[in-house]
Amino acid sequence: MATAVKDLSAPAPRRISRLGLLWRSTIGKKIIMAVTGLVLVLYVFVHMLGNLQVFAGPEKIDAYGRLLRAAPVLLWTARIVLLAAAVAHAWAGIELQLRARQARGVAYADYRPGASSAASRTMLWSGLLILLFVVYHVLDLTVGVVHPDFREGEIYWNVVKRFGQITGVAAYLIAMVALAFHLWHGIYSMFQSLGLSNRRLTPQVQKFAAGLATVLTIGFSAIPLAVIIGVVKV
Amino acid sequence: MATDLRTAPPGPSAPARARLDARVPGGPLGSKWEQRRFEMKLVNPANKRRYTIIVVGTGLAGGAAAASLGELGYNVVNFCIQDSPRRAHSIAAQGGINAAKNYTNDGDSVERLFYDTIKGGDFRAREANVYRLAELSTAIIDQCTAQGVPFAREYGGTLANRSFGGALVSRTFYARGQTGQQLLLGAYQALLRQVAAGTVKLHPRHEMLELVVVDGRARGVVTRDLVSGAIRSWAADAVVLATGGYGNVFYLSTNARGSNATAIWRAHRKGAFFANPCYTQIHPTCIPRSGEYQSKLTLMSESLRNDGRVWVPKAKGDARAPGDIPDADRDYYLERMYPTYGNLAPRDIASRAAKTVCDQGRGVGPGGLGVYLDFRDAFQRLGRRVLDERYGNLFEMYERITGEDPHDVPMRIYPAVHYTMGGLWVDYDLMSTIPGLFVGGEANFSDHGANRLGASALMQGLADGYFILPYTIGDYLARGGLAKLDTGHAAFRDAEADVLARSRRFLEIGGTKPVEHFHRELGNVMWNECGMARSRESLTRALAALPGLEEQFWRDLKVTGTGEELNQELERAGRVADYFELAALMCQDALVREESCGGHFRVEHQTEDGEAKRDDARFTHVAAWEWRGHGPGAERPIRHEEPLVFEAVPLQQRSYK
Amino acid sequence: MRLVLEIWRQKGPEAPGAFARYEVPDASEHMSFLEMLDVLNARLVERGEDPVAFDSDCREGICGTCGFLVNGEAHGPLPNATICQTHMRHFKDGDVLRLEPWRARAFPVRKDLVVDRGALDRIIASGGYVSVRTGSAPEANAILVPKPAADRAMEAAACIGCGACVAVCPNASAALFTGAKVSHLGLLPQGQPERPLRVLAMNAQAVEEGFGHCTSIGECAAACPAGIQLEVIGRMNRDFFTAALSRRDELEPVAVLPKSSALRAYVAEPKKGET
Ligand SMILES: Cc1cc2nc3c(=O)[nH]c(=O)nc-3n(C[C@H](O)[C@H](O)[C@H](O)COP(=O)(O)OP(=O)(O)OC[C@H]3O[C@@H](n4cnc5c(N)ncnc54)[C@H](O)[C@@H]3O)c2cc1C
Ligand code: HEM
Ligand code: HEM
Ligand code: SF4
Ligand code: F3S
Ligand code: FES
Repeated sequence: MATAVKDLSAPAPRRISRLGLLWRSTIGKKIIMAVTGLVLVLYVFVHMLGNLQVFAGPEKIDAYGRLLRAAPVLLWTARIVLLAAAVAHAWAGIELQLRARQARGVAYADYRPGASSAASRTMLWSGLLILLFVVYHVLDLTVGVVHPDFREGEIYWNVVKRFGQITGVAAYLIAMVALAFHLWHGIYSMFQSLGLSNRRLTPQVQKFAAGLATVLTIGFSAIPLAVIIGVVKV
Repeated sequence: MATDLRTAPPGPSAPARARLDARVPGGPLGSKWEQRRFEMKLVNPANKRRYTIIVVGTGLAGGAAAASLGELGYNVVNFCIQDSPRRAHSIAAQGGINAAKNYTNDGDSVERLFYDTIKGGDFRAREANVYRLAELSTAIIDQCTAQGVPFAREYGGTLANRSFGGALVSRTFYARGQTGQQLLLGAYQALLRQVAAGTVKLHPRHEMLELVVVDGRARGVVTRDLVSGAIRSWAADAVVLATGGYGNVFYLSTNARGSNATAIWRAHRKGAFFANPCYTQIHPTCIPRSGEYQSKLTLMSESLRNDGRVWVPKAKGDARAPGDIPDADRDYYLERMYPTYGNLAPRDIASRAAKTVCDQGRGVGPGGLGVYLDFRDAFQRLGRRVLDERYGNLFEMYERITGEDPHDVPMRIYPAVHYTMGGLWVDYDLMSTIPGLFVGGEANFSDHGANRLGASALMQGLADGYFILPYTIGDYLARGGLAKLDTGHAAFRDAEADVLARSRRFLEIGGTKPVEHFHRELGNVMWNECGMARSRESLTRALAALPGLEEQFWRDLKVTGTGEELNQELERAGRVADYFELAALMCQDALVREESCGGHFRVEHQTEDGEAKRDDARFTHVAAWEWRGHGPGAERPIRHEEPLVFEAVPLQQRSYK
Repeated sequence: MRLVLEIWRQKGPEAPGAFARYEVPDASEHMSFLEMLDVLNARLVERGEDPVAFDSDCREGICGTCGFLVNGEAHGPLPNATICQTHMRHFKDGDVLRLEPWRARAFPVRKDLVVDRGALDRIIASGGYVSVRTGSAPEANAILVPKPAADRAMEAAACIGCGACVAVCPNASAALFTGAKVSHLGLLPQGQPERPLRVLAMNAQAVEEGFGHCTSIGECAAACPAGIQLEVIGRMNRDFFTAALSRRDELEPVAVLPKSSALRAYVAEPKKGET
């Protein structure tokens, strides 16, 4: 077909894996980020629903915790999928952003963004914050090593104790703000990266993204807040 | 007897007063091009890549030619002055492109397009060329559509047409108001495809400053790299110039700032005859200049005249706001002078009328150089919605530039230089009087005679580039006789030396005024004396004034910087220097042509009702000027004639009363 | 009106640059922005100083030659307009305006406000066309195109290649420019045969040129004088996705023009004396 290609192709055609083709190109990387991002969003959403059971009292949420551990195989596959997604996502995101830094070359002395949201311009930072948070958070409520008074399997207790400390509450709320930023733009951008955008759909998508981000943030934040104002206590 | 300028030694030593032979093939009009293509010698495909062809210009003509020649396998070297081939001035064309497709079933045909073009050109174009143009017009639309040019479409998916420039049939194809842009991008993409394929070597930001002629044949060019300033020679077996029009000799025109005459003028100095330099088209509906600093004029589509009424106050210097002037005090002069056509009178007539009323001191706006184009009545008759559908984007464009909203105040318009029908003389094969030097697009003189019809320049540029030059150049190469040579040849070294010396000269003048100043002065002289209405007096005045101005230029010009860097002042200096020489030739040509035809209006030659009056007995010919030197003491240029014979369309006077 | 200009001055591609301060005491509100610069330059020349180099040609918003940032905004403050279409009436007496060239690794500065946008040409050259030989086209009306498709294609094709999208994108991404061409040709039947190859080739070239990726930030569309919408980037991403997943056999190797291709000729070109 196009002479441009024929004339310039020195090496003999080589078959390349779909993933390879995606990973090597910037658009492909964004597609991978979108897909992994989707996985992460879904997890976070389910996770929020699970967590909200603290309002139903200790029995319910601890039972939920035991349920999760009931089938270790499932649990670990889930964890591995999740971990893989997070790693691929973070890796791609960081790599792309580093490329972008170079692409600008000399920085502008004066640059006035007009149309864009702060969230869209700080995806790396909100993302990294989330990364830090997740590490801290897993050590805190899953492993328990950074927890003041950790009791294996007693989610309700662990949660209430964690948010007994104002520092803990602050740490979590900051993370939730970062999450809000990240998803406010991220979920919309996800559709764009997957090519699911046009002049009719996109405005709806943006509303949906904003909405979901808000729901998730409020849903999560409700727990630490409920604990300090004493709605949820041991 | 006709001297064949291909075999006769051309260039500076051309035979004096040769009667130019266009080498039009025999046979009936309808089969001439067929015939010519059959006579052509073909280049062995295996040898094509051994031939180097230089194409100067990446507009519709140059871009299409370079792409097509590259496709054929020739080794093409392509230059343009912009930073990208896509920015050639063709990009600015708005209205559309004609083609005799007869899709609207309104009785169009190749014959009719041919007839309209000949008549529109006021019987000063070559029948055979115009007929070929009409024939090729349909293939152009096919080609561009296949390239993906997004022409306007009907709901059924077929191509849409509109009528344009007073034609009685709808044969104009268009892509929004950006037809030129889309056609050029089509050619540009085809060109870049060849660049990627390696058949075309593209050199943007390179200005051709000299043509190199060896043994009477065009064998290369000398360019200046506009970024590094490097002067470099390029050898070739044939050279194509597609460098556009020279309207900027008037300083203010609708042309882009970069449009220039340097390439064709340098070729003219090397022996290429310059045909009908005085034929310039003035467009009636442009936005008037707002002050001294004005750098270019913007075209407003003529379609506005369908619903707008043109008027000026009856009284001299009536300072009232247009809204406050009652109809009783308004002079709708076009309707008054041309009852039948009224506001739709042809370009040249409408332009001259505007000048007349402004000369009477009744013009409006800054400097009294403008007339009203008023939509008041149309708004009342059709309502705002209808008009906005028709002209919304134009109203917006006007407001963006002037800050005035045509919904509230009438538009102000004034004529402006738009197109140059003159250019390097070419024969039927588009070859100039220098063998091996081909000229396409607005740069040559062909096809439009003394006046160009709307939407036919794009057609001509693409016909030249896609469908004529690729054949005729092949024929020229196949006929052989080209000695091997490279840029080591003395002719190249001399040319390079000349170019260097010239730019050094600009840098060393060390005067006090920037190039702009002299260009503006030159423009004023040309516009006032050699513009819309020309007379023996005005032209003699111009010819008297120009040398003095030119002498000042060479004495008082200031060009800063050096030649070894990006130096825009230096670029302009070279172009303006050439304009001075071209301007003199334009005035001479206008002076000798003792008749009025198309865009060339001599006040001495008009009918009692102000119509152009041709003198077919004396001037049914192309005037092609041969360079004889310039400046004090130089020989006067020689005026050659190519007689024009009209077999298919009988000569007739046009009347728009 | 009186204006103070802080303009980026840089002698040549390799030379260091800095902002220089100039005054235009008597600009008229009817001038276009570039005419105001013409006035400044005329004065500079008369004073024997090097005038400010800036690109322009058509001066009516169609050729895409002009362009620089005015106070951090590409093509100045007017939405969907080039700087050559911007008139001084949009500024106030006493304004201080900072003029800065497009900045992107793929757009090296040549002088002052003039940059080299050849990278955009090379993106087109890598696949932004329909391969049709001159003369081999079918009868135009043999190709029917639904009016909506034709109109969408025209909207995307309206890109003037000015590079503002790259200039304002925080990632210096050419996504809008590339997406516009991919969409223009992808919307038309004529563009289908090469559609998968085109999108992969053009993006491989964009990566090779050093443009960034797209994070859907949206500054580009806001600055685009041709009003190109973000939708074209979505279309490009979708085409890329399908091409990468379904048609990869015919795709490798993806054409990438070497940076030193003919389009870079004048960089490689010997200066006087070197030959
Ligand atoms: C505002 C406007 C509207 C118009 N509208 C229409 C219309 O609706 N319909 C229509 O049919 N016609 C229209 N025209 C006329 C038409 O656009 C032009 O006549 C035509 O496009 C000229 O094309 P070209 O290829 O001959 O030259 P151009 O497109 O001008 O190309 C000239 C090329 O030569 C290059 N060049 C010039 N000098 C040199 C040099 N010394 N060295 C190297 N390269 C050089 C330039 O870089 C450029 O690439 C319009 C013209 C204007 C000004
Ligand atoms: C206030 C908000 C949150 C609370 C109260 C909370 C609570 C918990 C609890 C109790 C666990 C342990 C569950 C168990 O051991 O069975 C847990 C695990 C986890 N949480 Fe959260 N969480 C919150 C927010 C988040 C957020 C925002 C994210 C991600 C961005 C997140 C990611 C995780 C992960 C990855 C795990 C480990 C799951 C596993 O065991 O594999 N959490 N969380
Ligand atoms: C682990 C740490 C994380 C990092 C470093 C990170 C980083 C990034 C970055 C840099 C982007 C922008 C990509 C671009 O430049 O266009 C991005 C996009 C995105 N992120 Fe994250 N992120 C992280 C975690 C998460 C999490 C936990 C979620 C979901 C809860 C998430 C969801 C998304 C989504 C949906 C997008 C949009 C993808 C796209 O534009 O196609 N990210 N992330
Ligand atoms: S997409 Fe818009 S901003 Fe980008 S190059 Fe084209 S016209 Fe300029
Ligand atoms: S601003 Fe840049 S990130 Fe994408 S949406 Fe426009 S290219
Ligand atoms: S100069 Fe042509 S777009 Fe500004």
